[in-house]
Amino acid sequence: MRSYSNTYIFIFSSVMVIIVAALLSGAAITLQPYQKRNIEINKKRNILTSVNIESTAKNAEALYDQYILESIAINSKGEIKKGVDAFNLDMKKELAKPLKERSLPVFICSLDSSKLYIIPVYGKGLWGPIWGYVSLKNDLSTIYGANFSHKGETPGLGAEIANKSFQTEFFGKNIFNDKGEFVSVRVLKNGTANPNSKYEVDGISGGTITSRGVDAMLLDCLISYKPYFKNIKNE
Amino acid sequence: MSTEKEPLFSNKNIKLLTEPLGSSNPITVQVLGVCSALAVTVKIKPAFVMAISVMVVLAVSNVVISLLRKTVPPRIRIIVQLVVIAAMVILVDQVLKAFLYDISKQLSVFVGLIITNCIIMGRLEAFALSNKPWQSFLDGIGNAAGYGIILIIIAFFRELLGSGTLWGYQVIPDSVYSFGYKNNGLMILPPMALIVVGVIIWIQRARNKDLQESN
Repeated sequence: MRSYSNTYIFIFSSVMVIIVAALLSGAAITLQPYQKRNIEINKKRNILTSVNIESTAKNAEALYDQYILESIAINSKGEIKKGVDAFNLDMKKELAKPLKERSLPVFICSLDSSKLYIIPVYGKGLWGPIWGYVSLKNDLSTIYGANFSHKGETPGLGAEIANKSFQTEFFGKNIFNDKGEFVSVRVLKNGTANPNSKYEVDGISGGTITSRGVDAMLLDCLISYKPYFKNIKNE
Repeated sequence: MSTEKEPLFSNKNIKLLTEPLGSSNPITVQVLGVCSALAVTVKIKPAFVMAISVMVVLAVSNVVISLLRKTVPPRIRIIVQLVVIAAMVILVDQVLKAFLYDISKQLSVFVGLIITNCIIMGRLEAFALSNKPWQSFLDGIGNAAGYGIILIIIAFFRELLGSGTLWGYQVIPDSVYSFGYKNNGLMILPPMALIVVGVIIWIQRARNKDLQESN
């Protein structure tokens, strides 16, 4: 076997690293606009799914413009913040801020001449972040639709939260009880939820931690919109 | 590089493609890459997509390493292999995100898992470093196919018995469920993947006497 001098090894590794770095950064820069657009379209599709509108990558933008009237950002007191780009707010960054400084996005949708309020939610699953959109009917308590996504939950177990069958469980549930107190919709252990209850759904069997994540996510995120809901009702 | 004298698909080269499917299968015979085989075999679809991605990464990095084989200093060869694999995987991930976003969403973490797949480093070290690019390419395709076949076989049993579906479609009719049949929840959990791998190895060794160890 040939022996190599240290100089050769240094030059070889430096050249290799420079080539690889140039290749990867070149790819990242040229592909970024496409990736950004894909992410945006995907977000619009997720928002549309939460109001039960099926879309494809091609028609998502047209449907979004047709049904979503406006996207607004509110502060922790429920007042509308002006000059904030609500669509591009990063929920992870907003939730990391103290409550008073947060900008919380709300998407308002018009469907069959009734108004729906779409609230984004963001939380932790077993392996990584989970997020989604919950749409509320005009009474600001009844859930019209829900859509959840995840970064890397286990297929067949936690990843089932992205399935229609799990999401339809939320339809018609309420986040405020009859006395007007905030109760959220609890995600319980599979098979233990009372089917007649308006405030609980079954979790995923084998996906306990992800189900708990959805439970905590709904509780944490929806409660920060309470003042906003109150303001709308008082108007 | 010297001119190729033997035909592209000589018997020796064909063997490079077919042997990893059976008698030198990376999972059941060499027992490599078992960790990812456990992670992605709950459903057939992710198993299939994982197999294809491993095939692309393994074939290309085999060729790259094979082209570099005369210049790579042996003392840093493992690092060089890692850089090539990691660069390939990131590139594949970026391209998928830009042009095949839906597939990229399904793959999610698995793309990153490819870097840690020991089959890839094993093939680079054992084959590509001492063979010509074309042979290395065939070896990459063959080994990835051998890996993929086992993945799909495991996923077939796990999805069928664990979820009652195949490729996401329900195959066990509702009437069977109403008789009291239940999906086996254990099939979805990782331990059953290990047991299925074990059963496949058992069957293969029982049928193929060459693989049985003497002691």
